[in-house]
Amino acid sequence: MRLEEHPVIDFSRRRGRKVTIYFEGQPIEAYEGEPIAEALHAAGIRVLNYAPKTGRARGLFCAIGKCSSCLMKVNGIPNVRTCITLVEDGMNVERQRGLEPLPRDYRPPRWKEAQRVEADIIIIGGGPAGLMAGIKAAEHGATVALMDENPMLGGQLVKQTHKFFGKREQFAGVRGVKIAEIIAKEAQEKGVNIFLETSAIGIFQDGEEKIVAAVRKNKELVEFRGKAVIVATGAMEKMIPFENNDLPGVYGAGAIQTLMNTYGIKPGKRVLIVGAGNVGVILAYQLIQAGVEVVAVVEAMPKVGAYFVHAAKIRRLGVPILTRHTILRAEGEEKVERAVVAEIDENWKPIPGTEKVYDVDIIALAVGLRPSMELLHQVGAQIMYVRELSGYVVRHDDRMETTVRGIFVAGDSSGIEEATTAMLEGKLAGLAAALFVGKADLRAIDEMKKVRQDIDEFRSGPFGERIKIGEEKVMIR
Amino acid sequence: MSDEYLSRGYLTTEELKEIVEIPSEERLKKKPVAVPECPQEIPCTPCAEICPVGAISMPTPNDRPIVDYEKCIGCSLCVQICPGLAFFMIHYRGEVARITMPHELLPIPKRGDEVVLLNRRGEEVGVGKVVLVIPKEKSVGDTPVVTVEVPLNLAWEVRAIRVKEAGE
Repeated sequence: MRLEEHPVIDFSRRRGRKVTIYFEGQPIEAYEGEPIAEALHAAGIRVLNYAPKTGRARGLFCAIGKCSSCLMKVNGIPNVRTCITLVEDGMNVERQRGLEPLPRDYRPPRWKEAQRVEADIIIIGGGPAGLMAGIKAAEHGATVALMDENPMLGGQLVKQTHKFFGKREQFAGVRGVKIAEIIAKEAQEKGVNIFLETSAIGIFQDGEEKIVAAVRKNKELVEFRGKAVIVATGAMEKMIPFENNDLPGVYGAGAIQTLMNTYGIKPGKRVLIVGAGNVGVILAYQLIQAGVEVVAVVEAMPKVGAYFVHAAKIRRLGVPILTRHTILRAEGEEKVERAVVAEIDENWKPIPGTEKVYDVDIIALAVGLRPSMELLHQVGAQIMYVRELSGYVVRHDDRMETTVRGIFVAGDSSGIEEATTAMLEGKLAGLAAALFVGKADLRAIDEMKKVRQDIDEFRSGPFGERIKIGEEKVMIR
Repeated sequence: MSDEYLSRGYLTTEELKEIVEIPSEERLKKKPVAVPECPQEIPCTPCAEICPVGAISMPTPNDRPIVDYEKCIGCSLCVQICPGLAFFMIHYRGEVARITMPHELLPIPKRGDEVVLLNRRGEEVGVGKVVLVIPKEKSVGDTPVVTVEVPLNLAWEVRAIRVKEAGE
């Protein structure tokens, strides 16, 4: 089902030309510019593949190309991440059953045929951190190439219909979708060389140069060469253990936002949300805006973790927030049909007799994010586990440079925080990298001072406490 | 004050009165006045930045907004821009009160429509009449703002509306 009317976004202006794809031989109507899994969801198809060992049905989970829950066979090629691969007219899509081989006549691309792209600075990730880094580096005279594996720039901002906090010069009071448009346009105008649908697969050192190996549109190899690399790869959604947590219809909060706010697809009819942090309660509000019923938000902690004002928005529209509750299990035949929740005691154990059953077709998990630091790990940067930053993160100095000279980090990939601080960290990394490659002058140093002040100011309240403790642990002095 | 409200997700009117000084009855009768329901210290400043008369004080971005009700001119810009949709305007007019609030849901009601009134828990507490609508195109914060006339005793209860369905 598709959304025709929405209080914030006009989808009729966003949708491309109508095309037809074939799902196991059956024609499905889709729009140019939308990914395969999303188009299938709009057509009511939830099961995308069957797991190799258990044969259990699997559906979408992250919808940003990170979790591999959406792998399908596309035009005979298995293991295609259908959540970020765009539909093409006449495309054949099949459910993948376990591990499937490549077709015998398939010829994989060769490294020596890779397209070569050169720039002073290579940026991996086109979200708020990567784009800001690109803007700042280009402003100070560096040449920049930026890649993102998604089909559009903006990272997770493209699905945020709410207005951001902070100061107005940091886009406070502006909706995330709009911020994405503004900074993507600015990066393009500043001459950042942009590669979409391009996944980085490794970072290597070659003398004084750095190589980022990448795959474009699942088929072409690209070799990016530069003097510095900024890793702004964001984060991925966490999962929690409960019975049937792999049932199609148990979706990460971000996947639901992608469906409804990026592509205008109604995610379901009735939703239970797990987690009352900012992501969970903002998702509840966005679902109501899309005309979807939210039966409850359950939260294991005794208090709402979100900014209170975001929670108040859904309470006054009648959505219950059940603190000290957890999900026990999902129920249904190859798709979510019910969710069972229960109250928990001081030892986090479900209290017998408190079970509640909700008839829902979607269970949204908003149980936190973890940094995407795999490329930094692969390149040999020092990694440590920091609870306050929500997982394994890379060590860096106050210019966002990691323990590998010339490799910088910014945004959620350096610790889970806000888009506002991701943009500020991006600015820092962009300026520092422009200095590192010898393009920026002393003005960049003054600008970095101002950015650092802005970051400190943003983190100075009670919500910044945790992050500051985490930053203290990773910071190289 | 206790943070009991965080286990529920809403403030009671009594809790609200503990965190912000409520405007005097005299001031409430004079013209609309902005009241923030923003109890936490969060890094957010658009209200203070947009206020045309400097009525909102916020020494650092993480401070809570405090409105000088004598300075406030009731222009609703803070209601329009607040990212947390936490600003409301109240105006006592004899037997009724007018409440100005953000409304980011479809359908957007029209002037003169009768709407269902919701309190901070989302419970229906009565019906009111829409007297003014600022559509999102005219709102500085891209958020439609609706002014609803409600019985005076609901002035501190009603914080959202539900537009009636056809035939309701």
